[in-house]
Amino acid sequence: MPARVIVLGGGVGGTLAANLISKELGAEAKVTVVDATGMHLYQPGFLYVALDQANALWLTRDERTLLRKQVDLIVDQATMIDAVAQTVTLARSGTLSYDYLVLATGSRLDRDAVPGYADTHDFYSLDGALRLREALRRFEGGRILLGVAGIPYKCPPAPVEFVLMAEEYLRKRGVRENSSVTLLSPLNRAFTIESASKLVQPIFDRRGIGLTTFFNVESVDAKARTVTSLEGETAEYDLLILVPPHKGAAVVMDSGLGDAGGWIPTDRNTLAHTAHERIFAIGDATDLPISKSGSTAHFEAPIVASRIASFIRGTAPKAVYGGRVMCFLETGGGRATSLRFDYAHPPVPPQPSRLWHWAKWIFNRAYWVTVPQGRVG
Amino acid sequence: MTLAITTQLDCKGLACPMPIVKTAQAMKTLRPGERIEVLATDRGALKDFVAWAKATGNRLIEQTQEGEVLHFVLEKKGVTL
Repeated sequence: MPARVIVLGGGVGGTLAANLISKELGAEAKVTVVDATGMHLYQPGFLYVALDQANALWLTRDERTLLRKQVDLIVDQATMIDAVAQTVTLARSGTLSYDYLVLATGSRLDRDAVPGYADTHDFYSLDGALRLREALRRFEGGRILLGVAGIPYKCPPAPVEFVLMAEEYLRKRGVRENSSVTLLSPLNRAFTIESASKLVQPIFDRRGIGLTTFFNVESVDAKARTVTSLEGETAEYDLLILVPPHKGAAVVMDSGLGDAGGWIPTDRNTLAHTAHERIFAIGDATDLPISKSGSTAHFEAPIVASRIASFIRGTAPKAVYGGRVMCFLETGGGRATSLRFDYAHPPVPPQPSRLWHWAKWIFNRAYWVTVPQGRVG
Repeated sequence: MTLAITTQLDCKGLACPMPIVKTAQAMKTLRPGERIEVLATDRGALKDFVAWAKATGNRLIEQTQEGEVLHFVLEKKGVTL
């Protein structure tokens, strides 16, 4: 009888892991992906949609078209995991048993955690990006603030990218002169990674982009149009964009498999759940202190697939995750840089150039026919 | 009078900027003059706590290291009781 592998979540990590396990084990494993919507979202595209550089069409695909035909897809919501009985209960389709379970359940936005959030905008969902696009199209000048309302959040470079690209957007629309763009940073620099901060600070200075330091967003007063930080400072805005607070999936929290934020306690090298050896975690869902990004999931999925394949075959698993992450960082003006790092090596970003901008553009376009299928490593 | 440490915060294993954010959150619950002890392993915290204290007006009272664990004591700004 083939081993039963269930993958919860049809994002980058879940899709790639399912395809790789199926490819590696063939008839030795029955791989099933469970996804609540059956639609695969390319989330890095939200930024471009919000800034009117791309339409929403290329951001979604039917998950079925991205999976090998040997992989089953169940479009349903997983509601409970029993790690002892090794079962997953679905909202409509009953209960499934597994030999190995991959949690690629991602993160959820928790906008309600911020008082006054309704008056703000974000680009962390497709709806949010489309709404922000409308607000920017109507924007005739004033103060644009971008703040971070919770950590950890997806795609750490996104706030920096957004302010750099928004400043350029305002210039093109001819409303830059009567506008200001300011990043409210949780730290005393633009970006968590110091080397990247040093690279972008001169660009902020040159282009007149403001930086308010140690401003962790706590609440918004829609009437007064002000945002207040945990540190007790208040700033006035005309258009406020927030990175919403994130938390782990409901099924993880409800099943007692996560920490207080819903993040899964995960071994940093084996990617196994620290308390359940037959459960693995990938991508945003883990509690690992690394970027929540598609690239993290992309690099983790082959490790998990290889380890599960080894266990099923009864051989010693060899693949280990070294913390590899790779991000592009758009700096505006058709230029970008890249951040490549792992647990042992901090990033040394190159000077922004057209080369990295085009690399990102090509990656964005080629994503659908390369990453989910495991064609690029 | 110096107050004893009223709150402890374990940020070991957390990456930048989590220790700062968690400390900022915890600081909200303290009264002026009360102290918090923070443990962290992220090396960046060394510089970050100094800068954070300076920027927010809260006092960095103590900063020590034991093995890989960094230990900070901060005092909430305001009138000391």
